[in-house]
Amino acid sequence: MALAIAFYLLAAVTVGAGFGVISSRNPVHSVLFLILSFFSAAGLFVTLGAEFLAMLLVVVYVGAVAVLFLFVVMMLDVDFAALRQGFARYMPLGGLVAGILAVEMIVVASAVATEGATKNAPMVHGDVSNIESIGRVLYTDYVYFFQAAGLVLLVAMIGAIVLTLRHKPGVRRQVIMDQVAREPKTGMRIVQIKSGEGIDQ
Amino acid sequence: MSIGLTHYLAVAAILFTIGVFGIFVNRKNIIVILMSIELILLAVNINLVAFSVYLHNVTGQIFAMFVLTVAAAEAAVGLAILVTFFRNRGDIAVDDVSVMKG
Repeated sequence: MALAIAFYLLAAVTVGAGFGVISSRNPVHSVLFLILSFFSAAGLFVTLGAEFLAMLLVVVYVGAVAVLFLFVVMMLDVDFAALRQGFARYMPLGGLVAGILAVEMIVVASAVATEGATKNAPMVHGDVSNIESIGRVLYTDYVYFFQAAGLVLLVAMIGAIVLTLRHKPGVRRQVIMDQVAREPKTGMRIVQIKSGEGIDQ
Repeated sequence: MSIGLTHYLAVAAILFTIGVFGIFVNRKNIIVILMSIELILLAVNINLVAFSVYLHNVTGQIFAMFVLTVAAAEAAVGLAILVTFFRNRGDIAVDDVSVMKG
């Protein structure tokens, strides 16, 4: 019973926040709704018994992706009101397509869940913890995929840096070579100053 | 009232639909489009994890992890492209993106 209450609460918050993401006027609110949606989805994962994925969702999505979105939304100085033009125009057709899509997917999903491969499969929690079972499979059968995932992240990181890196002209940068190669001869000038006179420069 | 696989799949389907709907109605705002894609990938992850739990096969959760990885990479690169585009154009209107070609 407690599980049912938790499920319905988390599901309602996930879906409601998801709707908030696409309907907010202010994109900062959209990002905050996105965080709420991810967080409640993590709660749904916990009710399923997938604790590791839930924590991963909180760390990766809420901690990294959503904050990245927040940075970008706040960094770009854009008139977001102008970007909302056409919201009402696309609303009827979009709503129609979305409604059909949702009904179709729910019908298919319930058919699969009740008649398909998972017909007689109740949810059980084994004696092995979720993290342990994931680790046992991930680092043995899927170790190359794991490495490939790391490669994907590396490529994405390099791509993001290459895309956003720019050298402004006229900016004085620190040149380590010049600093290290500096000697007393080149870095220092001894000037004899007559008393009563200044020194130019 | 017991919670079964159907319930989780229904939530995932609704979330997926919301993501698609968001791409429809926010055609001009690319930031919300990227967020809608994240919602769609989250719905896919819910599906994978739900099936993984009910089939007693942990592979689905591992695949969900890879989907998570790709989603993070996609968000990073997408936002980087967005920032570069904004620097060059001073605007992020999707309709003007075709000037990037060539």
